[in-house]
Amino acid sequence: MWKTIFRRILIMIPELIILSLIVFILAKAMPGDPFTGSINPRSNPAQIHHLMQVNGLYDPWYQQYWNWVVHLFHGDLGTSYEYQEPVTTLLMQRGANTLWLGIFIVIMMYVIGLPLGIYAGRHENKLPDHIIRAYTYITMAIPLFVVLVIGIWIFAYGLNLFPTSGSISPTANGFWPSVFSRFYHIALPGMLVALFSTVNIVQYLRSEVIDAKHSDYVKTARAKGVPMKEIYRHHIFRNSLLPIAAFAGYSITGVLDGQIFAEMIFSYPGMGLLFLNAINYRDYTVITVLVLIFGFLNLMGTLLSDIILAVVDPRVRVE
Amino acid sequence: MNNQPGDKLLEIQDVSTAFNIDGKYYDAVSDVSLDLYKNETLAIVGESGCGKSTLATSIMGLHDPNETKVSGKINFEGTDLLSLTDDEMNKYRGQKIGMIFQDPLSALNPLKRVEDQIQEVMVYHTKMDEKQRHARVMELLNQVGIEKPERIAHEFPHELSGGMRQRIIIAIAIACKPDLLIADEPTTALDVTIQAQILDVLKDIQNENHEAIILITHDLGVVAETADRVAVMYAGQIVELGSALKVFHNPKHPYTRSLLRSMPQRNSENDDLYVINGTVPSLQKMPTHGDRFAPRIPWVPASAHEENPVMHELEPGHFVRCTCYKVFDFPAEKEGAKA
Repeated sequence: MWKTIFRRILIMIPELIILSLIVFILAKAMPGDPFTGSINPRSNPAQIHHLMQVNGLYDPWYQQYWNWVVHLFHGDLGTSYEYQEPVTTLLMQRGANTLWLGIFIVIMMYVIGLPLGIYAGRHENKLPDHIIRAYTYITMAIPLFVVLVIGIWIFAYGLNLFPTSGSISPTANGFWPSVFSRFYHIALPGMLVALFSTVNIVQYLRSEVIDAKHSDYVKTARAKGVPMKEIYRHHIFRNSLLPIAAFAGYSITGVLDGQIFAEMIFSYPGMGLLFLNAINYRDYTVITVLVLIFGFLNLMGTLLSDIILAVVDPRVRVE
Repeated sequence: MNNQPGDKLLEIQDVSTAFNIDGKYYDAVSDVSLDLYKNETLAIVGESGCGKSTLATSIMGLHDPNETKVSGKINFEGTDLLSLTDDEMNKYRGQKIGMIFQDPLSALNPLKRVEDQIQEVMVYHTKMDEKQRHARVMELLNQVGIEKPERIAHEFPHELSGGMRQRIIIAIAIACKPDLLIADEPTTALDVTIQAQILDVLKDIQNENHEAIILITHDLGVVAETADRVAVMYAGQIVELGSALKVFHNPKHPYTRSLLRSMPQRNSENDDLYVINGTVPSLQKMPTHGDRFAPRIPWVPASAHEENPVMHELEPGHFVRCTCYKVFDFPAEKEGAKA
């Protein structure tokens, strides 16, 4: 098992190198440059030309790439053109914010999705099942950014229950007040993203429960005289939660997607907002690093899924 | 197995099982009446879709009540099982009636160790503690012919072969020493050498525990080897019922005779096998009156069949449905070959 994990991580290295190349080339292929918008709009084109030259942005892409790699191995991820700060510093600030929001979304997704999926599967084709399925179809049909805009309008702007932006209140001092303030800021965007991202979990779990209900081993358990309630507990749930557990790793991708919208609409200073701004301002150094981080997280997610599956399912042994 | 039949254990009276198909109910088993005595082996034989498994599932009460209607009476030691609630029925399942399933590959929970799956049935029906249950599991595994029970008990189902898994399922079924064992095609999914072993295990268990066995199968070889009595089912009805000896050596009903004739014989290697014309009618197209087997023996004149075929007792204990058996004979070889 450890050997396999080690090997899988080794394979990630060439994958990440290829990813970095693609991102690097695509980012440079975008029209525009990092300076036109960031300085005074009427600034002298000669000055921009000068900045481009100083930063080596006229060099061929392979030379830029090579410079970037050399710096990378010296622990230098580059400097953001937009923020005039090292990318590492930016990541330190934003990474933690994104992590909190992400963890909150994942937890809420499962807290909402698991009981709904199990309940819908257990009471297949009854009224609660229809309601739960209708809910998932609606959440699937409405784009997340619409939900977030409406959500911020009703709950933050209209009802004034939640803050409309930021990650922590500047007046929150001390440990508990700051924890509370952080939570207060992520509650609304986190809940909205979670509520509208459960469709996979609910539908998948529902059909797993229905499949398990009609499986032969459940018939065996019934023939043993085990009450149906106990069969759900001992046989059906564990078998149907298995693929969901394995799915957890992959869900990282989905959460990142939703999170970028949430960070943008709620002006939440996380990596998602950083990423969108970086694209707008052609902040090449930031784009490259962030895409690599997202790519790395996705690869880790699939690895995590495989590990979870190997741990919970005795039939799967990673060799 | 030639055990002396004892008292009546199970009395099936006019049992019909109907399935809901697109809002209408269709009989998969219609008006089956059958008695089972203690310590005997009764084989229910018939081709796929004749209702034999449905009958077994009805006895166990395992049908989904929302999709299935079971009518009639199933008296087990004086209690009508069909009148019981699911909770009351749970006291019979596993405790007094054990069931063995067709496909040992899927009948065990893939995530639970063998030992836990066998112990589960004792948890619900006995007051044994963990230690006693473990001892009983070892005893059971020995009984079903598993060597190294300690090791096997600790394994997961996927680590075992099909024959092994079927032994485990038998161990589960007999764990609480039931009075009745229903074996629903216990050897169908296994290869021939394993089939014989599993049948031996069943025989040995019956010799030890003296339970009655209902053996459901479409394999006439299995029947000949194990059954005391045979019920032949066709299209949801019993068409012939009698001792295994009678049914095999003096079959009366055209269907029984056709079945036996379509079985390969050792001394008829070069002859073509007999083929029964047509197919079993589907549930929706089941005729409501007349002999259900008539369309498959078209050369028998309609007048030979009864309007509503009933069971006729030819000799004590040997029943045949419909009167057409009196005139039935196989068509000349050429006609048979054409079909």
